Amino acid sequence: MSGHTGEHADPAVAFESAKLGVWTFLATEVLLFGALFTAYTVFRMKYPEMFRAEHAKLDRVLGAVNTVVLITSSLMVVLGVDAIKRGKARLLEACFGGTILLAAVFLCVKYVEYSAKFHHGIFPRTNLFFSIYFMLTGLHGIHVLLGMGLLSYVIVLSRRGRLSADYFTPAEMSGLYWHFVDLVWIYLFPLLYLIG
Amino acid sequence: MAHGTGHSRSTGIAVFVALVLLTAVTVLVSYVDLGLMNAVVALLIASVKASLVALFFMHLKGESRLVWGFALVPIAFLALIIFGTLADTMLR
Repeated sequence: MSGHTGEHADPAVAFESAKLGVWTFLATEVLLFGALFTAYTVFRMKYPEMFRAEHAKLDRVLGAVNTVVLITSSLMVVLGVDAIKRGKARLLEACFGGTILLAAVFLCVKYVEYSAKFHHGIFPRTNLFFSIYFMLTGLHGIHVLLGMGLLSYVIVLSRRGRLSADYFTPAEMSGLYWHFVDLVWIYLFPLLYLIG
Repeated sequence: MAHGTGHSRSTGIAVFVALVLLTAVTVLVSYVDLGLMNAVVALLIASVKASLVALFFMHLKGESRLVWGFALVPIAFLALIIFGTLADTMLR
């Protein structure tokens, strides 16, 4: 229990606790997005024709591109965490750097989409569908930004030599969060772009 | 606890390929008018993709029952919230 020079008294227990902490946080995230998913479901059943007409104004090709961008970014996280488990810190930094770059691409595409909507006079107040669209994608975009910050922090830790094959908790935990951000988009894409 | 292996890398890449293919399928299906089935197919494919991400990328597959509980209980609550709200708004 004591006398260690490492990060924690018992690394295995600390790792499990951190993991449960992240899953608990993700549980609250499910319910945060869940409130908006509930609004989506209720209003889609109430106004099916309006949702059908409005969702056609979204560019499903751009949505699909962004889906592939996020899936690829998740793969980079998997490869990065695998790298540090084998003690390869430089490879972890390269992979997480790739994830951050892909996240930036995702936000750029989102920016192009938002600009096009504003240009055509479509705003959050335009109708219920676009209120929900901007709320859901906006909240998700904020999560992408936060993820970029977290992954950058892991890269800084790694560059300072704080991560190794024996201690990679920050990489693993921010990876879990990033996969969740990907998972939310996996539902947002069909609900908003494909079936309205 | 450190065990990065070639196995986890090849699994990751296989899951990635499956996710990209499923994305292509769901986009292609969306161009075909199946009526109500469009929504059913899109949600089914999304759920398969989400399960792949949770099981392999978030390695829920090898996790304890406790972590599974943390993953599934919020989904049960979400279902309760959605169906509870619908029961109110649709039958009012």
